Amino acid sequence: MSESTYEPIIIGFLCNWCSYRAADLAGTARLHYSINMRPIRVMCSGRVEPDLVLAALRNGADGVLIAGCHPGECHYLEGNLKTLRRYKLLKRMLAQFGIEQERVQLVWASASEGSALANAIDRMTQELRQLGPLRWQETVIQRMDFQPAQRVEAISDPVGEEVP
Amino acid sequence: MIGGEQKFKLAMYWAASCGGCEISVLNIGERLLEVDAFFDIVFWPVAFDFKYSDLRAYPDGYIDLCLFNGAIVNSENEEIAHLLRQKSKLMVAFGSCASAGGIPALANLTTPSAIFQTVYLNNPSIDNPDQTLPEPTYPVQEGELHIPTFYPTVKKLEQVVEIDYVIPGCPPEADQIWQVLQSVISILQNGMPLPPKGAVLGATDTAVCKECVLEKHEKQIARFYRPYEIVPEPGLCLLEQGLLCLGPATRGGCGALCPKVGIGCRGCYGPLDGVEDQGARILAALSSVISAGDPKDEEQEIERKIDAAIDTLIDPAGTFYRFGMAGSLLIRARNGGSR
Amino acid sequence: MSERVGVYVCHCGTNIAGVINVEEVARWASEQPNVAIARDYKFMCSSLGQDLIEADIEQFGLTHVVVAACSPNMHEKTFRAACERAGLNPFLFEMANIRELNSWTTKDDQAATHKAKAQIMGAIQRVIHHQPLELIPVQINPSTLVLGGGIAGITAALELANGGYHVYLVEREPSIGGHMAQWDKTFPTLDCAACILTPRMVEVGQHPNITLLTYSEVEAVEGSLGNFRVTIRKKARYVNEELCTGCAICEEKCPKKVVDDVFEAGLSKRKVIYRPFPQAVPKYPVIDVANCTYFQRGKCKACQILCPANAIDFEQQDQILQVEVGNVILATGYETFDPHRIPQYGYGRLANVFTSVEFERMVNASGPTAGKILLRDQPVEPKSVAIIHCVGSRDKNFNEYCSRVCCMYSLKFAHLVRERLPDAEVYNFYIDIRAAGKRYEEFYHRVMDEGAHFIRGRVAEVTDVARTLEEEGKLVVQVYDTLFGAQRRIPVDMVILSVGMEARHDARQVAQLFGLGCDASNFFTERHPKLDPVLTTAEGIFIAGGCQGPMAIPETVAQAAAAAARVISYIGKGTIMMEPIKAHIDAARCSGCRICNNLCPYKAIVYHEDQKVSEVVAPLCQGCGTCVAACPSAAISGAHYTHQQLAAQIEGLLWDARLPELAGVEGD
Repeated sequence: MSESTYEPIIIGFLCNWCSYRAADLAGTARLHYSINMRPIRVMCSGRVEPDLVLAALRNGADGVLIAGCHPGECHYLEGNLKTLRRYKLLKRMLAQFGIEQERVQLVWASASEGSALANAIDRMTQELRQLGPLRWQETVIQRMDFQPAQRVEAISDPVGEEVP
Repeated sequence: MIGGEQKFKLAMYWAASCGGCEISVLNIGERLLEVDAFFDIVFWPVAFDFKYSDLRAYPDGYIDLCLFNGAIVNSENEEIAHLLRQKSKLMVAFGSCASAGGIPALANLTTPSAIFQTVYLNNPSIDNPDQTLPEPTYPVQEGELHIPTFYPTVKKLEQVVEIDYVIPGCPPEADQIWQVLQSVISILQNGMPLPPKGAVLGATDTAVCKECVLEKHEKQIARFYRPYEIVPEPGLCLLEQGLLCLGPATRGGCGALCPKVGIGCRGCYGPLDGVEDQGARILAALSSVISAGDPKDEEQEIERKIDAAIDTLIDPAGTFYRFGMAGSLLIRARNGGSR
Repeated sequence: MSERVGVYVCHCGTNIAGVINVEEVARWASEQPNVAIARDYKFMCSSLGQDLIEADIEQFGLTHVVVAACSPNMHEKTFRAACERAGLNPFLFEMANIRELNSWTTKDDQAATHKAKAQIMGAIQRVIHHQPLELIPVQINPSTLVLGGGIAGITAALELANGGYHVYLVEREPSIGGHMAQWDKTFPTLDCAACILTPRMVEVGQHPNITLLTYSEVEAVEGSLGNFRVTIRKKARYVNEELCTGCAICEEKCPKKVVDDVFEAGLSKRKVIYRPFPQAVPKYPVIDVANCTYFQRGKCKACQILCPANAIDFEQQDQILQVEVGNVILATGYETFDPHRIPQYGYGRLANVFTSVEFERMVNASGPTAGKILLRDQPVEPKSVAIIHCVGSRDKNFNEYCSRVCCMYSLKFAHLVRERLPDAEVYNFYIDIRAAGKRYEEFYHRVMDEGAHFIRGRVAEVTDVARTLEEEGKLVVQVYDTLFGAQRRIPVDMVILSVGMEARHDARQVAQLFGLGCDASNFFTERHPKLDPVLTTAEGIFIAGGCQGPMAIPETVAQAAAAAARVISYIGKGTIMMEPIKAHIDAARCSGCRICNNLCPYKAIVYHEDQKVSEVVAPLCQGCGTCVAACPSAAISGAHYTHQQLAAQIEGLLWDARLPELAGVEGD
């Protein structure tokens, strides 16, 4: 797949009370932004368990966006603060897996911030275009099959390369 | 085929393994005699002088129960896994390495070249002036020598062959092993129905905390400590004292041996039913109870405090997937990870 | 195929079909696993569209329904109801938002069509894991707590009480009345605030359905819609309310005076045993312990000795009351901006700079100067008055928002100055005049016609440093006149700062106490800014008046009545049905690790020490799912947002991601 036609796929977790409404507002206001985000509505960003982020990455997403209410404005008071703590630790761990920081992002968008959310999606899409595809299934998991290496030098880094 | 003449056939094998699983089997003590009374041991490289040729010579399905321990790291591990599967009626992933990758699968956080660098070249205890590295094939006078091929990704047994059951643990506890063997014996003897395929044997359905006697309260963790940094208060949940413990996300059955002696659970019994990824689960749980960051603070201040608390948790991937990397959602790092 | 999913793709006129190829999407959907029927239709939300779903459920025996249309916030309830009419549990339905989150965001029809397929695949794969759920009935306690006794709280309490329902009206200050009791005239009608307010205060005080708890504060709130348990601290007044006749002899005889910086805004003094103002409701005074000679030094007791009713009780203690209510109306009001924060305006440094609150008291006939407009440093009337608008408002350094009332009360001040001091000059310094209310613009014209001056520009400084002889002994207002296009210096005798409205300093704590949200300025957040302005994000908790944002008296009264009407409609129903989106702990799988115990902001998780397991108390659970995500044993499940459902939706959304030829969408 050539650079020009590659479009990243972003799984977007949107909380019901702020960010989903911000996304609704962006649509109602006919703000045009990157089509790359595929939404999942959750009641609170605090519902987004790290397993789901990993599942999205494993199943083919190039990035995951988690959007919640601003700190102090959470519908459930502090759900977003838990999200922030989980997200921070998750990012540390994902770095160890060689997953770039830009691929998992947390943004705050209140119900009135449709344009802020749209901008965040545009920005993230652009960043992921620069990074290129992740596609864990093809680049990591399928390629972990036992490719016997004839010489040790040839064993260097057999996974994580772009699929030709 | 019950009775003295025709005994059931038992095999045990170690792939990429430390041998702890074998020792644990021996730890069942004199009950080994009962095992011997019921089973013919037809393959057990650690204990008896069997050859692979003996194994190849058995008819398919000859072995009734195969306890396979160790991860799949090289072509030899894989070849024998296939061979044992072919020869065995019941294939059990025995211990953490076979069931989830175990310690060997931590290699999935890095690359084979980096591992070879560390093992054979850049290591203070290595003297290798010619920079010699193992070669899969090597010509000698008598012909060609072959050593098994080293694989880039460490796998668990199930990723190579179909398995019937899992007995988790690093190593599985002797009492649990004995219980499983007892029930297998009684099932085979009485022709009772087997547990459903894929069942986890020799463990409980609740987390280690259920068996742990330490007193538990609501959790508020300001920072984490490494074991050498503090002496834990006796009788009190280690996690609450900031000592990493994977007990909440780890299947019980071990009797909470580690927390009992002041060492946090390492997670060796693996995830509970319904959990796809043990590491992500413990990550979610631990980070949820980090108490850093007051909602009244400025956003940047909240982030700074959370970062500071998380800084005290060294090597999250290695800690959360200490035994479960091969069984995790991501399975391995790409591009050698970044650290 | 055991699951039979019906998929309906809405055109929404051209709103969706103008961008997304809906026929193609429906055709594609009909070929997907588990899909029994897929259709596209012009308006799914129309009764014909709904009929289509109902007919298909019966004809094809659909087990689940997916509608790809607008936002679920718009029509989820509509389609759930359609399913229910056809005998399908309404929760076996899922919506894919291909309008707000798709067709309205792009012109790229190919990409939009592709994304719509992914969204629908996500919905199909999710919906087959949906479980039938039942709404949860909740009994509504017919009593209501109204917090705050200003005009908002008074109005709400009276609406409820006159409707026959019991109200606990809790006010922090010794009397109800709030800010409105301080004001002199109200714009634009110029009727006297006290004249219209006090009859309602009296009505509250005497109403058989109102339990009035003044000098009281809410300490704790438990429970949820229908059944709140509220703990109230009724502070000791040191006056026995049973015995006190309100004769005010104690107040008259009390030998000590202190500055009254609450009601009189610091312009005059009050006694240490006092009522905030003569028309106070209730009539009972209160002892200001911090200043009372008896409490501080152990002697005096003048009030006790001279009270004819023997009502003074120095031993009185705070009382803790528990009340049970079904709903709460928060009418906690606002605070005025403290102009000390803008030092260049000289408040506190230059004697004759006043706040609008001080001026309100000054022009009030029962105020500290008996209605005379006088300078602070000498008892003479000013010959010229500057009124500076937007102090603390429309200013990124302080509050970005417009406080909405200041233009109008400033115009009122201009009128009052001209009325009382016909020879005095009045200068209004404004950014824009915002007179968007009934008869507001007419009032503006009237004040202009009365000869008030209007200078357009934000005031840079108020100074007493004279540059000319004319400026000697005056306050000089320095401003860039944006109509005139030049700097101007206007010397005046008196400056009034029209301070804006701010959230209460403790609004955030109150929000936390009741479990609702605040915006960035600490005003309470309404559920929907247009369609649900008085309900908060917490069920059963309503807001009215200045605690929601700056507003004038008519809007405050309208909001208070609206909140009361909403409460009455809940009470009238008796039982309301709540969404069953709740967390549940499987006790057999809970290890008692207690990770979840303090994650719940509603304290809905309890730990059973005896069985060593945790449990979710369903009525308290609000369904956020934070504990579900945190449970390391996956022993907590969240109804309608299970791991299985979300994981299946992710896989569906990524249906194309594993196929290289389809991965991603075409670029623009």
